[in-house]
Amino acid sequence: MDSLVSLFVKAVFIENLALSFFLGMCTFIALSKKISAAIGLGIAVMVVQGITVPLNNIILNGLLKEGALSWIGFDGDLTFLGLICYIGVIAAAVQVLEMFLDKFMPALYAALGVFLPLITVNCAILGGSLFMVERDYNFAESVTYGLGSGFGWALAIVALAGIREKLKYSDVPDGLQGLGITFITVGLCSLGFMAFSGVQL
Amino acid sequence: MDAKLKKLVTDPLFDSNPISIQILGICSALAVTTSMNTALLMCVALTVVTALSSAAISAIREHVPTAIRIIVQMIIIASLVIITDQVLKAFAYDTSKQLSVFVGLIITNCIVMGRAEGFAMANPPKESFWDGVGNGFGYSIILMTLAAFREFFGSGSLFGIKIMPLINDGGWYIPNGMMLLPPSAFFLIGIFIWVQRSLQPKSVEKADFTIHESGHAGHGHAEAK
Repeated sequence: MDSLVSLFVKAVFIENLALSFFLGMCTFIALSKKISAAIGLGIAVMVVQGITVPLNNIILNGLLKEGALSWIGFDGDLTFLGLICYIGVIAAAVQVLEMFLDKFMPALYAALGVFLPLITVNCAILGGSLFMVERDYNFAESVTYGLGSGFGWALAIVALAGIREKLKYSDVPDGLQGLGITFITVGLCSLGFMAFSGVQL
Repeated sequence: MDAKLKKLVTDPLFDSNPISIQILGICSALAVTTSMNTALLMCVALTVVTALSSAAISAIREHVPTAIRIIVQMIIIASLVIITDQVLKAFAYDTSKQLSVFVGLIITNCIVMGRAEGFAMANPPKESFWDGVGNGFGYSIILMTLAAFREFFGSGSLFGIKIMPLINDGGWYIPNGMMLLPPSAFFLIGIFIWVQRSLQPKSVEKADFTIHESGHAGHGHAEAK
């Protein structure tokens, strides 16, 4: 249990997907102009990440790993098919989630609906699954890592949106306006998050 | 090569650079630039995937129903990335370990999808191929510049060859450790954009943060992501 808490904290702060691995930057920059949109997107990423990382973990351990299919008499190593499976699972999970929300939780669907399709091609989601594979997490760890990394990403985008809402009152040099100053702001956020490195629970 | 194809290759190098003007594919641009070797490998991988996937997608563009085109593009791109990944693991194992997940992330790299959607779906295979190559090179220019800065000041070397002897090894240069950490990548790309936009005033954004009203087609892609 301790190790799971520690993994969660590590995924949220120390190995923040957006600020130390630069994942999901396109959406991160494009949709961080308003806090409300940032919160919506952040929650959507957290939910999708919490679903797809464990799902991909099951697929990896139950179907792709060497010997996983020995019960039907096949014991080759299928991990090279990983990438195409993970992206397929992510696309399918997002689609199912979208239909599920539309049918059973229309209010939430109205709030998150526009962000869901964007998430399929968000590198943070695929990146989360790939890190899970690289670090060989078990199922419990993959659930924790999925939720934690999603939460970390949400935290980062909401923080950036808060700063950018204030930033529009500042006098920025012409060439730095918009994208340029945003990058420098993200750099400063990332510098702040580096203060967490070395924190152990 | 005629003038039109040449323009397709040279335009994305500076005037419509995928990273600094179209804001595509930033994710990996920052993560792999701590040394020039990894950056170079990443550039080659991305250029190959973009060029081939654009050509392949454009070749079948008239046979794919619009409703399922994204998934078809995704499958083509994912297959190409798997091949690239396997080739890298076979021939450049150490560097591919350093690239870790970022080769796999070419699948969701906005440049590949952006060119597939924005160019390959409307143009013949040959043009699409060169457009892919051009955008790959545009991405490479920024990546290599960033990597050169970060490796030179962060570890005093270029392509792993020592240029400035470090103080730890009895030399005179005190390495700037921050260059190897994530924040410096953000600062450098911010400064890069600043320099480029100052040289090219038409790409300067309006002051009130209405990025999408400033009239660049490229920003539409960023939004679409």
